[in-house]
Amino acid sequence: MTTQPPQLKKKDFESDQQVRWCPGCGDYAILSSVQKTFAELGLRNEEVAVISGIGCAARFPYYVNSYGFHTIHGRAPALATGLKIARPDLSVWVVGGDGDMLSIGGNHLLHALRRNIDINIMCFDNRIYGLTKGQASPTSEFGKRTATTPMGSLDRPVNPISVALAAEGTFVARTADVFAPHLQAMLTAAAAHKGVAFIQILQNCIIFNDRAFAHVTDREAKNERVLYLEHGAPMIFGKEKDKGIRLVGNKPEVVRLGEDGITEKDILVHDETDESLAYMLSRLDPKDFPTPLGIFRRAGAPSLHEGYQAQFEQAKSKDGEGVILDLIHSGDVWDVK
Amino acid sequence: MEVGQSLAWGEGPGYHERPVMITKQLESLETVVIRFAGDSGDGMQITGTQFTNTSAVLGNDLATFPDFPAEIRAPAGTLPGVSGFQVHFSSTDIYTPGDDPDVLVAMNPAALKVNLKDLPRNGILILDTDAFDKRNLKKAGYESNPLEDGSLEGFRLFAIPLTSRTERALEDRDDLSKKEKTRCKNFYALGMTYWLFNRPLENTVTFLEKKFKKKPQFASANITAMRAGYAYCDASQEFQVRYEVAPAATEPGTYRNIMGNDALALGLVAASVRAGVPIFYGSYPITPASSVLHALAKYKNFGVATFQAEDEIAAVTSAIGASFGGKVGITGSSGPGIALKGEALGLATMVELPLVVINVQRAGPSTGMPTKTEQADLLQAMFGRNGEAPCPVLAPCSPGDCFEMAFEAFRIATKYMVPVFLLSDGYLANGAEPWKLPESMDELPACAVSYRTDPEDYLPYMRDETTLARPWVRPGTPGMQHRIGGIEKAEGTGNVSYDAENHQRMTDIRAEKVARIVAEVPDLEVFGPESGDLLVLGWGSTYGAIHAAMKIAHKDGKSVAQAHLRHLNPFPKNLGDVMKRYKKVICAEMNMGQLRMMLRDRFLVDVIGLNKVQGMPFRIREILTAIDEHTS
Ligand code: SF4
Repeated sequence: MTTQPPQLKKKDFESDQQVRWCPGCGDYAILSSVQKTFAELGLRNEEVAVISGIGCAARFPYYVNSYGFHTIHGRAPALATGLKIARPDLSVWVVGGDGDMLSIGGNHLLHALRRNIDINIMCFDNRIYGLTKGQASPTSEFGKRTATTPMGSLDRPVNPISVALAAEGTFVARTADVFAPHLQAMLTAAAAHKGVAFIQILQNCIIFNDRAFAHVTDREAKNERVLYLEHGAPMIFGKEKDKGIRLVGNKPEVVRLGEDGITEKDILVHDETDESLAYMLSRLDPKDFPTPLGIFRRAGAPSLHEGYQAQFEQAKSKDGEGVILDLIHSGDVWDVK
Repeated sequence: MEVGQSLAWGEGPGYHERPVMITKQLESLETVVIRFAGDSGDGMQITGTQFTNTSAVLGNDLATFPDFPAEIRAPAGTLPGVSGFQVHFSSTDIYTPGDDPDVLVAMNPAALKVNLKDLPRNGILILDTDAFDKRNLKKAGYESNPLEDGSLEGFRLFAIPLTSRTERALEDRDDLSKKEKTRCKNFYALGMTYWLFNRPLENTVTFLEKKFKKKPQFASANITAMRAGYAYCDASQEFQVRYEVAPAATEPGTYRNIMGNDALALGLVAASVRAGVPIFYGSYPITPASSVLHALAKYKNFGVATFQAEDEIAAVTSAIGASFGGKVGITGSSGPGIALKGEALGLATMVELPLVVINVQRAGPSTGMPTKTEQADLLQAMFGRNGEAPCPVLAPCSPGDCFEMAFEAFRIATKYMVPVFLLSDGYLANGAEPWKLPESMDELPACAVSYRTDPEDYLPYMRDETTLARPWVRPGTPGMQHRIGGIEKAEGTGNVSYDAENHQRMTDIRAEKVARIVAEVPDLEVFGPESGDLLVLGWGSTYGAIHAAMKIAHKDGKSVAQAHLRHLNPFPKNLGDVMKRYKKVICAEMNMGQLRMMLRDRFLVDVIGLNKVQGMPFRIREILTAIDEHTS
């Protein structure tokens, strides 16, 4: 009879290392939610591998009691891909910031997504370079003044969700550091997803870009200007549930329920399997629209490591288990007596 | 087959000239070099390979060297589009594909122009006269037709309308277009060389039947063309002499003709099987390393995982990820790709995981000459990372040796938990030689891998007393969770450390770990006198040319010896003593003096450089000239 090991607690996933982010940094809240979720998922410390690149966020593995690898700038998704192919049994989590994943490591993010490798990618987006002291990042707004852009940034920002969708991401979600229950729900859904999961986590850098997401996380905003996506549910938002998104032609607009005879039936219903809808949602401009949080897209597709396993088995059933001497002695061989 | 017998006659159905029985002379030769040259679309590589395989089965010793343009199909008829394949076959031991050809087969004016300078006077020259029209002559830059202006005098010229003869041989084949018929001309030429050197056609017949299993009309067309070429020589008055090259007296055993990259791939798989640990090969396509990836991709039934990464950096980092997971990560590329991997190689050095890094070198810098060989990445392998990041460096010395050295790289990487460089080059990658196959696994060195599973007293950066390797712990092992990364590690715990003393100590340990690999390095042996006037030192693919030169120099009574390095870091421990025993030391390498710089630095010996970067391996005579210059 095997006894089930006791379920671990959040503190079991805390490492003995002192956490060194700035006081008030959004990373603390994310760390806490991740540790809690790992425990709730029933994971064992040893079956988790946390892989990071470079940047403030990338210090993450040191603080989690699991196997961890703090790699080099931008390369975490590539390294994690190799790890997952080699070790499909592990639960692999990738951590990086917006600079790490969308600038120097943009290529790896693109390919990890399109390969659908079963890893969970958490992109801590604070729209700034923190560790190098406040330079414009690929998600910084156009015209933003930073150390490197004293007269305003000339680069147009990328939209991480649009990028992830365009890269064929099969699980693409957005959440925010301070919304612990929502964040944990996204992590749990990502863990359950077979294939690659990409979560943009809006994260506040209190030192270099404070309140970058105030339009989402402020008390008023969180009630009135956030659209919580739910599969199969109409896109209604606002504290009073009085606002919604309607499609006119293929253009979305914000409408008020009850005004001009508008009822729930007129409101767009979220469908996680609809790619075009997901893309449209990723393009909603916070000036005119609520910011969607939740799962933009969730779709089934074969995962990379399953493909590897299938080919190994296919090769073995076709050619038999490899015998190295036979392989060496294959081809045009001849004997000298 | 007997001389004078018109064996192939009648087997070329479209061949209508009357047979004439001519008695031909048969001469014995010790060694012959043939170069097939044509447009890159003319199938010269396949022609050369067929001649090689047939000769291998006959028991000749051989060495081959393909020389092809970077473009898959450069404009037809132009000089850059010329593709060549040289095969050296012999009844005695040989070590190189030969300096100059004895026979040149040139399928068009461009091929003639590029290659004629290498053909010695009195050499055999076979030309396709059909290709010598105005347009082709102009494309090759000929002002006058060399067939008419007397410039080919002094060669044993066989000017033959190969294209039209091939067409005639296939004239009753309604199932083939004109183009499909003329495309068989390389096999017509192959048939001629088979006759000239008295080789059987069966191997190639079997090969064609297999290759064109799904399109048997092409198999039969090429076979017909080949037989027609053979029959033509047999019948023609022009060909009076044919040559015989007897089998070489090679060591008994089973042999296979093998190219360096294929041997390299097999060596990796053999080590993986021996160690019982599957490999993960992360790579990005690049000339001339891609064929390692092609080969390994076929070995899935050995559990070999190949990963065609999005770029060179992902290729190496995915391999490091696999090593972290407990598989053996391997990455392969050529110089430009290795440059991109530099940062990740520093990471592998820091986290002390096993990694094999293959550099199939090519002429650089930058894109350089992708299909041409060079050895100019030695210092890159030694020092091409930021900070103090020493790596062991190995270099195979022949195509077959790629097997052994790949195995060795795997063994050292896993035993010492360190990234290991394996420096092959384009010449070894595509060159081929008969390789004596191991008959049992016992002939391969022991290669054992162990993972630590005991959490008692475990620290991620604790060390093996002998090798200084840290323990390899696979994620998934309970109670041994740990974090690694590129930030400096505290000795023992592996925690992040910015401590000054600790950084010095860890830097010293990483260097010492590599230095201790000297225990694995066999003493350097010399070929020739134990002491004397001159030592010629080389590394990697220059072995053959130096060895062949050495044999000639010894016959001439020169006081010269050869020593060849397959371990470049660490060096064999007796290297300094060996150099001291000779009045002068020459270092021959296909770069501008990289090993020489290392030798001078380490041993304060005034090593003389013999350097060449022409995208081509050394010729034997270049080595001989240097020997002459430095010996009395
Ligand atoms: S710099 Fe910003 S992102 Fe970095 S730790 Fe400090 S608050 Fe967090």
